[in-house]
Amino acid sequence: METFVIGLLAATLRLATPLILGTMGELFCERAGILNLGIEGTMLLGAFVGLVVASASGSLWLGLLVAVITGILAGLLMGLLTVRMGVNQHVSGLGLTLLLTGLSYFGYRIIIGQRSVQHSIDTFPQIALFGDLPVLGPIFHQYALTYIAILLVPVVWWLLYRSSFGLKIRSAGENPEATDAAGVNVFQVRYQALAIGGGLMAAGGAFLSLAQLGSFTFGIISGRGWVCIALIIFANWEPVRVLWGALLFGGVSALQLRLQSTGIRLPYELFLALPYLVTIAALAIAGRNASAPAALLKPYRRE
Amino acid sequence: MLKLQVERRVAPLWFRPLIPLVAIVVTFVLTSVLILAAKANPLEAFYYFLIYPLSSQFSAVEVLVKATPILLTGAAVTFAFAAGYWNIGAEGQLLAGAIAAAWIGTLVEGVPPVFAILLMIVAGFIAGMLWALIPALLKTKLAVDEIVTTLLMNTVITFPISFLLNGVWRSPLTGEPQSPEILANSYFPHLIPRSRLHLGFLLAWAIIAIIWVILTRTPLGLHMRSVGLGQQAARFAGVKVERTMLIAALVSGGIAGLAGVGEVAGIHFHLISGISGGFGYTGIIVALLGGLNPLGISLAGLFIGLIETGAQSVSQALGVPIYLGNVVEAALLLVTLSMLILQHYRIRRAA
Repeated sequence: METFVIGLLAATLRLATPLILGTMGELFCERAGILNLGIEGTMLLGAFVGLVVASASGSLWLGLLVAVITGILAGLLMGLLTVRMGVNQHVSGLGLTLLLTGLSYFGYRIIIGQRSVQHSIDTFPQIALFGDLPVLGPIFHQYALTYIAILLVPVVWWLLYRSSFGLKIRSAGENPEATDAAGVNVFQVRYQALAIGGGLMAAGGAFLSLAQLGSFTFGIISGRGWVCIALIIFANWEPVRVLWGALLFGGVSALQLRLQSTGIRLPYELFLALPYLVTIAALAIAGRNASAPAALLKPYRRE
Repeated sequence: MLKLQVERRVAPLWFRPLIPLVAIVVTFVLTSVLILAAKANPLEAFYYFLIYPLSSQFSAVEVLVKATPILLTGAAVTFAFAAGYWNIGAEGQLLAGAIAAAWIGTLVEGVPPVFAILLMIVAGFIAGMLWALIPALLKTKLAVDEIVTTLLMNTVITFPISFLLNGVWRSPLTGEPQSPEILANSYFPHLIPRSRLHLGFLLAWAIIAIIWVILTRTPLGLHMRSVGLGQQAARFAGVKVERTMLIAALVSGGIAGLAGVGEVAGIHFHLISGISGGFGYTGIIVALLGGLNPLGISLAGLFIGLIETGAQSVSQALGVPIYLGNVVEAALLLVTLSMLILQHYRIRRAA
């Protein structure tokens, strides 16, 4: 029983990592007033670029860095569409996801090609934070990115609520006209938020290819970006609640993996679907009281 | 130094019809970078993309085959978007329709073909509606954002499909993850002998005609469009907003389900896991490029059919990965949307 719980908690942290990173990225975008549905594509791009650069250079950290840079570029492209030109945010985001998905598949075929054997690399090592201590030792035997993702939660909280940059972001998302009147460049703030957001999303995708799997498959993200969008609503746009939401999804995912191996005679696909169904149910419960940033989805134009 | 400034102005009338053409040119210029990266000649690639598919009767018909599911998902998306319901779930609803068709198709032994086919169409429509039901109810009863839920439902349906194909439907002989072949009396008849063009193509045009009539000639269509323009105003005008949205969402799901029926009954004759190839998402591109009106989506659907066929011929002739087609479609959407905005501005020298 004890090993079951410890294994479950360790897996929960691991599975929550890409969601924490992706959702924190989306949080920046939405708090600044931009719904970035490009997240699914940006995560996929991050996973693809990370793997390709890491396997070409032999450096996992370089792979991660370049993935984050391409994620920032994807965020800026979203900014060009929605901030500068004011194109509908839903449509721009979906278009961006379709574009980045196509680009990742295309790039993978050109660079890696079509092989019968999965192209794989050695992943990031796991770090034992508490050494051989009982309970804590095995739980905190995680990838560096997992620790970074968890540390990110207080950092993002501080940035959003205690720094002047965060105040600019939040006010650009709540009342861009007043923000502009106060002398803040709303366009610039939104671009910055999208750039940070895109970088974090790509890091979430790169975690999957560089740490969790060590390879890239076309279905590597499989809707995790959409789960992040759902977690934002569930978390009511609050960074700490994002952590709980991500751990909930990660926990259900970890639980289904273990239930599959207990020999309960249910189709394993039911377990696979469970995290997504729990997410939808959580939305149904939390969605009604959710309060989005007031200027979300509204393009800002200076007349 | 030369100073430039951007100013608002009204685009000249002659420019509007040129937007799609300019957007196509811009898109191909942008994507030629990728063609060069694949070590192919961009001009040659564009020939295989846009001209070659139309140069023989066989491949020209194939354009229509490729357009069939996309016209249907485009119509489905248009119907929902017109009422302001952001149904991004056509992909999942298509697959629900495909499951229903694959199931009904094995049950209709001895049923005359006309009834077998009708039964499949009805079942596929209902299946698509059912898969659209949960997000639609959550939206209209609990105000839960439909974009997220319809997107999640697209992922969710891959699990029952995997369960069916790897479990009860797996071929006991070959072990292939595909459903048993549907019975011959449920095959969609082919419109041109020895081609893959099937009844679904006519069905697509019938559906597009029907949604045109509904949207422009009926009280329901008026209500839908008023909800789409603004829920508050529609509510003040006495429109039952939730009910109208629910109908739009469910009919949209049903139409997407028909696309799945066509792929099973007209092309593959059984359910396989990759049966859609993203037609649900391509339908969103078609709906938006077509400006959410039936004539527009007809043209956009045919053009995207050409792109999909063209991507195949580029891939075969020049070895450029077929995913170039996906990139071109998405880039075309983004470029077109940008141009629709940019036409209201011009750059001039600052005074």
